[in-house]
Amino acid sequence: MSYQGKKNIPKITSERLLIKGGRIVNDDQSFYADIYMEDGVIKQIGDNLIVPGGVKTIEANGKMVIPGGIDIHTHLQMPFRGTTTADDFTQGTKAALAGGTTMIVDHVIPEPGCSLLEAFDRWSKWADEKACCDYSLHVDITHWNDSVKQEVETLIKEKGVNSFQVYMAFKDLYQMSNTELYEVFTFLGEHGGIAQVHAENGEIIAEEQARMLEMGITGPEGHVLSRPEELEAEAVFRAVTIASQTNCPLYVTRVMSKSAADIISQARKKGNVVFGEPITASLGTDGTHYWSKNWAKAASFVTSPPLSPDPTTPDYLNTLLASGDLSVVGSAHCTFSVAQKAIGKDDFTQIPEGVNGAEERMSIIWDKAVVTGKMDENMFVAVTSTNAAKILNLYPRKGRIAVGSDSDLVIWDTDAVRTITAKTHHSAAEYNVFEGMELRGAPMLVVCQGKIVLEDGNLHATSGTGRFIPCSPFPDFAYKRVKARKQLAILKAVPRGMYDGPVSEFSPMSRGGTPSASTRTSPTKVPVRNLHQSGFTLSGPEEAPIRPAGRRIVVPPGGRSNITSLS
Amino acid sequence: MSGTGYQGKKNIPHLTSERLLIKGGRVVNDDQSLYADVYVEDGIIKQVGENLIVPGGVKVIEANGCMVIPGGIDVNTCLHKPYLGTPPVDDFYQGTKAALAGGTTMIIDHVTPQPGDGLLEAFEKWQEAADKKSCCDYSLHVDIPHWHEGVKEELEQLVQEKGINSFQVYMAYKGLYQMPDSQLYEAFSFLKELGAVVLVHAENGDLIAQEQSKILGMGIIGPEGHPLSRPEELEAEAVFRAITIGNRVNCPVYITKVMSKSAAETVAIARKKGSVVFGEPITASLATDGSHYWSKNWAKAAPYVTSPPLNPDPTTPEHLHSLLACGDLQVVGSGHCAYSTSQKAIGKDNFTLIPEGTNGVEERMGFVWDKAVAMGKMDDYFFVAVTSTNAAKIFNLYPRKGRIAVGSDADIVIWDPDKIKTITAKSQQSALEYNIFEGMDCRGGPLHVVSQGRVVFEEGKLQVQQGTGRFISRKPFPDFAYQRIKYRNKIMNMQGVSRGMYDGPVYDVPATPKYITPAPSAKTSPTTHQPPPIRNLHQSNFSLSGSQIDDNIPRRSGHRIVAPPGGRSNITSLG
Repeated sequence: MSYQGKKNIPKITSERLLIKGGRIVNDDQSFYADIYMEDGVIKQIGDNLIVPGGVKTIEANGKMVIPGGIDIHTHLQMPFRGTTTADDFTQGTKAALAGGTTMIVDHVIPEPGCSLLEAFDRWSKWADEKACCDYSLHVDITHWNDSVKQEVETLIKEKGVNSFQVYMAFKDLYQMSNTELYEVFTFLGEHGGIAQVHAENGEIIAEEQARMLEMGITGPEGHVLSRPEELEAEAVFRAVTIASQTNCPLYVTRVMSKSAADIISQARKKGNVVFGEPITASLGTDGTHYWSKNWAKAASFVTSPPLSPDPTTPDYLNTLLASGDLSVVGSAHCTFSVAQKAIGKDDFTQIPEGVNGAEERMSIIWDKAVVTGKMDENMFVAVTSTNAAKILNLYPRKGRIAVGSDSDLVIWDTDAVRTITAKTHHSAAEYNVFEGMELRGAPMLVVCQGKIVLEDGNLHATSGTGRFIPCSPFPDFAYKRVKARKQLAILKAVPRGMYDGPVSEFSPMSRGGTPSASTRTSPTKVPVRNLHQSGFTLSGPEEAPIRPAGRRIVVPPGGRSNITSLS
Repeated sequence: MSGTGYQGKKNIPHLTSERLLIKGGRVVNDDQSLYADVYVEDGIIKQVGENLIVPGGVKVIEANGCMVIPGGIDVNTCLHKPYLGTPPVDDFYQGTKAALAGGTTMIIDHVTPQPGDGLLEAFEKWQEAADKKSCCDYSLHVDIPHWHEGVKEELEQLVQEKGINSFQVYMAYKGLYQMPDSQLYEAFSFLKELGAVVLVHAENGDLIAQEQSKILGMGIIGPEGHPLSRPEELEAEAVFRAITIGNRVNCPVYITKVMSKSAAETVAIARKKGSVVFGEPITASLATDGSHYWSKNWAKAAPYVTSPPLNPDPTTPEHLHSLLACGDLQVVGSGHCAYSTSQKAIGKDNFTLIPEGTNGVEERMGFVWDKAVAMGKMDDYFFVAVTSTNAAKIFNLYPRKGRIAVGSDADIVIWDPDKIKTITAKSQQSALEYNIFEGMDCRGGPLHVVSQGRVVFEEGKLQVQQGTGRFISRKPFPDFAYQRIKYRNKIMNMQGVSRGMYDGPVYDVPATPKYITPAPSAKTSPTTHQPPPIRNLHQSNFSLSGSQIDDNIPRRSGHRIVAPPGGRSNITSLG
């Protein structure tokens, strides 16, 4: 396989590895087989493989062998007010590998007004230098104009980026208006990109923040009080509506509340192409900690949308994840030191936002969903790895154990129990939002690019070995349906005779008409009166109204009698 | 309840001497029915009961066991709203005539100030027009075309001096009436303080503008472009957003013109979560659908143009009736706004210029009976509730209006459930040359209509006089909408957590940071009122990790936790 990755990395090419006696678990099936890997690629799968002598052999002893996790949402080495997040690409990918994740997808955040391409180059340079595992990049669209449009096109066609995030919150900074969202979604829909959206109503948040501060609430509890889950649900609903109008696949990052998750599952039942991403924190903990008397502890939970104070939220989100209503789990790993968080010690709106979760991601899901009987192992693989690979168009290179796939895999120990604590985690942050939690399920051995990087609890990761993995546009997982709908969605005008009845006099100067659109020149030519064709009658008998022809009528699974719901 | 001293206009002498006895009817209110006679004097119901002792020479109407119900209240009419300088063909005279002929004895019209006009100025124009022409009692909603500081004073005056308690805001009509979310938030906050009901025209105007130019660009210029550019999703989205803002502000929200299933569902779900929200389907959305937009006859298609549009899904009316019958939607308006075919033809080459509005004031009660009561979806109490009582309650007219009781206004209808009528433009009261319900049969209709104690409709004939309608002023804080709001206000006080001062290291932010959290950060933080940060080692809670002092966290107090009927485990849904 010739992947268009960067310069070849010779030190891994000679690595040969045999995993014997494991139970291979993909998202669709599980079976016992041995795996032989060479040059970072899986070469053979089966029983009694014929392999060269002297190959390093690992005994899996019947344990699960799963595709390495893909953490589809990280913010490593993210610049913030002249500083950067506590975990750079080395620290962050080490934490990921320690948790069984062998690929990350980081968010490039260009400052508003700056070039997307430059930001992309900067990020890939940082990652090339430091990442210990393969990576890919999302690019956030923080402002919108024609030159951004061109850059997005270049990123899709030449740079291997197929997913772009827009913001409905962070008023006056990243936030986009409905009109801009419509244009971005339309553009991405045409070019095969995935529209990721940070869904919160920024207008109302700004009002609520001002109200909280006025009331004298300045601590971290003000963060969650000013961003109630309703505002998240509202924005998700709006994003789904716009995506449906523009026929663009939608990906909601950070699903943090029950009501936001409900909106996504309802939309999916109506046939919308929408993916929801809960994060480690929303699946593993809740927002009651914002009321902690310990400021530093409370501040470590500050992220947007906030963790929901409803303690039943994690359980609910795990259920929807297990049922397939939510599609992928990211970590949104974005860590700040206590000193950095303390920038906002007197004003919660200034607290830098982000929680840890790259290392705990897979264990949290195993503990909360698989052990509790909500989810089976195959679904576990789907939500931690395969679905992400499909959305990013990396499947089956990533997200599957198959001949020809990258040898990123994990031997998963279902019985391991570990206690999460900041003392032993691999992140540089002083806090861990999962502090003290006992989690069942952990990686026993992690193979990344065909090399063993975690064995017996020891991490052997090397900075700079991570390759950029380009993602191509129009992933089938999202676009098959979108393409089919596009062909049905052609609207047609009703062929009518010219209206030739009386037209009342009106004063064109007085405003009262529907605006904006009315200024467009109407496509009809000079209205020539054609008496034969006239369809004008005032009342009385008339032919039955014809039904709208050529309109998209899709009856999605789950059924829906409303014939316009998808148009 | 006293019948005198209404703050209406000049007294109307010709009706004060009217005395009327309605005998042998079944009086139906929204909560009960009983066989009783009703005696009316001076426009007020004086006695309800059997074997009433009444003065001699009183006019007697034999009800013969028919239903005697409170006159209908039509909460949504536009009888004076001009379009590009031309008035609608049904003015207050024509429109109220049509209302009375259909059993409606009170209307609430929308004052639509033209951009640049003041609210008060517009209100007075409307009131003058209605006082001159209206044949039945009326009240007014005032639409707020745009939000600015000056509006606040006018609103205050309208509520406190003019007797207006409901105002409409628009989420559609970009560049004209549309308000962004932050203005909606401010408008809701302000109106809530005044105790007014916020009416919302719920459609996403930004997206409509995009869709309109897309569709015009495709060469679709006929009326079918109207529903194509305003799909129901955009209606549902705006309803959801309006309710979200209403919840945040803790303000009652009233959705005018619920036209689609998904918008209605959104209202229904919100009510189950405890939101104070009301939904108003209109005659057109309850009785017909949007398939007519595709008619080959332009003049037939254009009359259906209204916003939000009628839904092309033909099962919509039935679904809306079901929600109306179970209480998820509360009031039926007509959205009556009549423009003649030649006025509609202003948009013959561009659907975005077609003046919007459908008829329905005359047919309103008939179709609710025909499609909900006669179909077994709804009982007659509920019929009274959705056509009259609920409107009176929401807009604080109850029990003066919306009920047959001693002391209430004598606005009474004797209803014949078996009367069958074929709707046609030829026999309607409206001045329109078309009727969007043309040819439909409708069971149920008024036999007699009594307005202000006078018989105005009898044996199919109207006897009305223009200018007899009085302006009915309405007080703020209607219980039906505001009682829950008041309780929630009390428990909604949020409190900060009292903590020791954070005294750990703080990252030094460069003087001119590029990343600034916007707007609110510009406000002075209230912490400035607190004592200067003296490091108090005893109070310090700072520790980096490990076991933490507060592992048994005190849950916040004083936060609103409401478990509404229907249950909801989410403790912040109303917070």
